[in-house]
Amino acid sequence: MGEVLVLVLRSRRFMIGAILFLAVLCFGVIGPRVTDRNPFQMVGGLFNPPSEKAILGTDNLGRDVFTQLMYGTGTSLLIGFVAGVVATGIGVTIGAVAGFKGGLVDELLMGITNVLITIPAIVVLILLSIAIRSRSAVVMGVIIGITSWPWTARAVRAQTSSLRTREHVDLARISGYTTAELIVKEILPYMFSYIFMAFILQFSAGITNEATLSMLGLGPYQTVSLGVMLHWALLWEAVRTGAWWAFLPPVVFLAVASFSLMLINAGLDEVFNPRLRKS
Amino acid sequence: MVLANALNNSKKQRQPLLQVENLTKVFGSGKNEVIAVDDVSFEIYPGEIISLLGESGSGKTTTARMILRLSQPTRGRILFKGKDIQAMKGVDYWRQVQAIFQDPFSSFNSFYSVHSFLSKAFRLKGNHVSKSQQRAMMEEAMKKVGLNAEELLFKRPHELSGGQRQRLMIARALLISPELLIADEPTSMIDASSRVGILNMLMDLSRNLGMSIMFITHDIGLAYYTSDRLLIMNKGRIVERGPSVEVVENPTDEYTRRLLADVPTLSKRWAL
Amino acid sequence: MKNLLEAQNLKAYYRLVDGIQIRAVDGVTLELRPNEVLGIAGESGCGKSTLAAVISLTHNPPLHVIDGEVTANGFDLLRLPKEQARREIKGKYISVVPQGAMNALNPTQRVRNFAIDMLQEHQPDMTKQDAVDLARARLQELSLPERVLTSYPHELSGGMKQRTVIVLSTLLNPKVLIADEPTSALDVSSQRAVIRLLMTLLDEQIITSIAFITHELPLLRQVADRIAVMYAGKLVEVGTMEEIIFQPQHPYTKALMGSMLVPERHVREQRIEGIPGVPPDLKNPPAGCRFHPRCTQRIEWCTQEEPPPKTVGDRTTWCWLMH
Repeated sequence: MGEVLVLVLRSRRFMIGAILFLAVLCFGVIGPRVTDRNPFQMVGGLFNPPSEKAILGTDNLGRDVFTQLMYGTGTSLLIGFVAGVVATGIGVTIGAVAGFKGGLVDELLMGITNVLITIPAIVVLILLSIAIRSRSAVVMGVIIGITSWPWTARAVRAQTSSLRTREHVDLARISGYTTAELIVKEILPYMFSYIFMAFILQFSAGITNEATLSMLGLGPYQTVSLGVMLHWALLWEAVRTGAWWAFLPPVVFLAVASFSLMLINAGLDEVFNPRLRKS
Repeated sequence: MVLANALNNSKKQRQPLLQVENLTKVFGSGKNEVIAVDDVSFEIYPGEIISLLGESGSGKTTTARMILRLSQPTRGRILFKGKDIQAMKGVDYWRQVQAIFQDPFSSFNSFYSVHSFLSKAFRLKGNHVSKSQQRAMMEEAMKKVGLNAEELLFKRPHELSGGQRQRLMIARALLISPELLIADEPTSMIDASSRVGILNMLMDLSRNLGMSIMFITHDIGLAYYTSDRLLIMNKGRIVERGPSVEVVENPTDEYTRRLLADVPTLSKRWAL
Repeated sequence: MKNLLEAQNLKAYYRLVDGIQIRAVDGVTLELRPNEVLGIAGESGCGKSTLAAVISLTHNPPLHVIDGEVTANGFDLLRLPKEQARREIKGKYISVVPQGAMNALNPTQRVRNFAIDMLQEHQPDMTKQDAVDLARARLQELSLPERVLTSYPHELSGGMKQRTVIVLSTLLNPKVLIADEPTSALDVSSQRAVIRLLMTLLDEQIITSIAFITHELPLLRQVADRIAVMYAGKLVEVGTMEEIIFQPQHPYTKALMGSMLVPERHVREQRIEGIPGVPPDLKNPPAGCRFHPRCTQRIEWCTQEEPPPKTVGDRTTWCWLMH
């Protein structure tokens, strides 16, 4: 464990990714707690450019973009995190059960998984979002999560079906372990690094999926997220009117948040797959 | 020899511990069908040491897995003390029939210490063994297999040698003290000079506790040294069976003859 | 005829981080004579594979030769420029079949590519066609099927793969073949076929001598003319096959021979005892004779000073009891 930590901390990709992500996280979590402004509060006129009063200007309703950016970043990270947890949870459960049980159970679960893979996730996402009326940030995360687990399930299944033939699994079975115990205690620990990396990727994908949905107007209600900000900017033609401050900051934050998570993932990949390590 | 025969005769009169009847295992179906175990029948008597001897692909490991209930037979059945093992509760069966596996490396979950590896054995005993009793029993079992509990109990598998791991597996079996132990190539990863020590330990356990042992092995020398009886397996079938000395000195089956001729011995030099 | 290969006081250590050294081969002097099979025997970690790697010039860091020399064909092998060794020694004078060689065949390529690569490595001007023709002719000569050349490794059985690797490794008629555990992991029938092939290579004078490294003494009983027994990086006893197998002198050789399980009567007539304890840690080997902590016959000397070699006839023993 100690060795892994040293390797992780030595990985430049991981460190850059972690620093960027922590910066974004602090901005989105601490920001809203220290500011006295409300993201829906009007502080100026329509699309005021950056000034001392509003350092990133105002949006179409004269609200402070900087305040929105703090709240929006927090909301987007929350949605991405929930999506990551849900997707990883479902994917690992289905993949592990299918891979471990084999036979009919495997065929059934993987059948469902493969069908879901062939249907474009965005279509399911849009239909689900329309169907569900009250969309809080958490509900958004759950919706995104339950449409993005299939790839994780496939990978986990493949690893599980190879791990289950190991002798320590047999030994645990003849010690009276139940199937659930075998999966949790004898199989999953060996996939921990993989599962953690899959979670990071799902987290990152969750953030961008939120942006996509919200831009289409299917974002969370009564709150501001990075995607919702883009939706407003789009709706009020911020691009055409040259109000760059209304759309560029959320785009930059989206990019940095998802890119930093990708870097973390790549750094971990180097550590866990020594072949990728540069000598 | 006379004594051994008398012993064998008295065994024959007793009820067998394990009866394998027409056991068959088929993998795949149609064109890809492979008959790994083909209509195999034999018995193991209480206190007896036997070897199921065969080369890789002979079906010996598949047979062992079915006996351990790790794999379902396609046809045939296995009786333990006269009862079909499929009808028994898993924990009840595994309390009486245990195993030592071939690979002392993959037999250990690298996330758990020696202590938690051994404590798994107590699940089969129900919950009536207190923590301090467990600890004392573990220490005793480790001592019996020549390991120092104080030094090793909280080590992780990667800190142990192959020989130490193999001994720990025996210690685990001791804690459960089954009536039948299936030992699948228990010394394949161990050097000659330490191998005999481990085999002697198992033979002593059998003698002192009346435990039956079935070795699953390709090593004729090992089988010959340890076992009362040999079952020779080839292509899923048992081709020859009998007391070890008889099988080795007067093989009747063609395959057994060839196998024995190809094993290097000390007395004869091959004509090459 | 002169010795084909000689190692003089050879020391080869693994150098790990933090300056730790594993003294895997620690002062070995041994010769390979013409027309012989020299068995090098010992248990895992005794240094026999390390010795094989050094005398076949296939050693790589972290393994370093610390001292001593290896001479063959008039060359000081360890000081020979790499390029010259590759062109004039490797494959042509000394060939090696390393441990697990049969599993090192590239699974995505037909076996003939191994022959081509191996020949062009040592004889860069040879064309692919010539290489394949040479390999085919050799297989014919040894009555092995030619089809192995166009097969992929997974299409061949383990025994066939190993035999193919041996044939292809000796295409340039090297004087010396170094075979490291060539039969481990094979069924007994394949094992015997591999041994038969090695003997044919000697009979046909394709190769002159073999250094056969193994942990299986009963196998050396079948093939070896002389046997060198290693323990913890050092030789303990070298002698003719009969001397080592039937009249071992060194307590380690005796104990090792005594723990061999072969399907023969004497094995069942008494309880066999192994050797208690484990081999020493070669990072910090014991003083004196390295076997003394496990030796039942040790005397005071054994714990203090290394035993010097004692030679009588063909046999050399490193044990204080002989002095």
